Amino acid sequence: MNKKDFLSGLRDGVPVGLGYFVVAFSLGITAEASGLSALAAFVASASNLASAGEYAGFTVIRENGSLIEMAVMIFVANCRYMLMSAALSQRLSPSMRPFHRFTLSYFVTDELFALNIARQGYVNPVYAYGTLLASAPAWAVGTAVGVLAGDVLPGRAVSALSVALFGMFIAIIIPPAKKNRVIAGLVAICFTLSALAQYAPLIKNLSTGTRTIILTVVISAAAAVLFPKKDDEGEAQNEV
Amino acid sequence: MRYNAYIYILVMAAVSYLIRMLPMTLIRKKITNRFIQSFLYYVPYVILSVMTFPAIIEATKSPVSGAAALAAGIILALAGANLIAVSAACCAVVFVAELIIF
Repeated sequence: MNKKDFLSGLRDGVPVGLGYFVVAFSLGITAEASGLSALAAFVASASNLASAGEYAGFTVIRENGSLIEMAVMIFVANCRYMLMSAALSQRLSPSMRPFHRFTLSYFVTDELFALNIARQGYVNPVYAYGTLLASAPAWAVGTAVGVLAGDVLPGRAVSALSVALFGMFIAIIIPPAKKNRVIAGLVAICFTLSALAQYAPLIKNLSTGTRTIILTVVISAAAAVLFPKKDDEGEAQNEV
Repeated sequence: MRYNAYIYILVMAAVSYLIRMLPMTLIRKKITNRFIQSFLYYVPYVILSVMTFPAIIEATKSPVSGAAALAAGIILALAGANLIAVSAACCAVVFVAELIIF
């Protein structure tokens, strides 16, 4: 049973790994511009596992920022992971051994969070480790390769591969939206407000990470007030 | 570089880990407050939607190919295609669309 869960985690993690490799490759180009070696970029990616966060961090390095600035920058860029972790905390079995909380929290990323929370019932640590093993090495190696190889990949291929992760997000949000009208409406509202925020005066000057945090908090809070979840749904948070 | 690269990376990794670890380890109980429960229920959908659009049309060389990928992805997902299929189809649509455009 455990082996089967691990294998299905590995399988689901493969497309994430492919997407990671491509994104990490371009992140590696940024790392190189900040003066990081391939090894340093590898360590940064393996220990952070955060695209926007690492990008922001590399900018701080390039601009000779202070360590405080670095800490604040990473906090803001990765703030959304706090929300994801809090959401995940509600999907952990009370009988799960506590150390899993410390290991699972290492890889709360957009994609792995999405994969794991999309499963029915409690989060299964064994499945989660499968998704991690299939994807995280590609992220770390991809960054190092990006530092070394720069822009050898043809532009056409980079452009095509750059939507791989978005395709995955779509595959995760659309099926529940089909079944639940509130979620369908939310997706439409999110698309609209997110596009508006990109061009609205003042707001557009905020970083992408900050805008994501603000929009997520505001829209989710509004949805929670207007469409509170019924109590009897209890553990059945199984659609996402 | 003002500090050694690995000092910077250590700070990055420490903050990244704490942000993820603290909520997961400190929130041990089932949250009973209905608002917070509903809020956390909606967060995943909202955050993924917000991050998908308009980012998808800015990731590609032309916004048209990104928009085509978005449309194709939504149609396929509605039709019940799995994660890998949707993701691969989005890439293929961008590739073909950009062959036509450029």
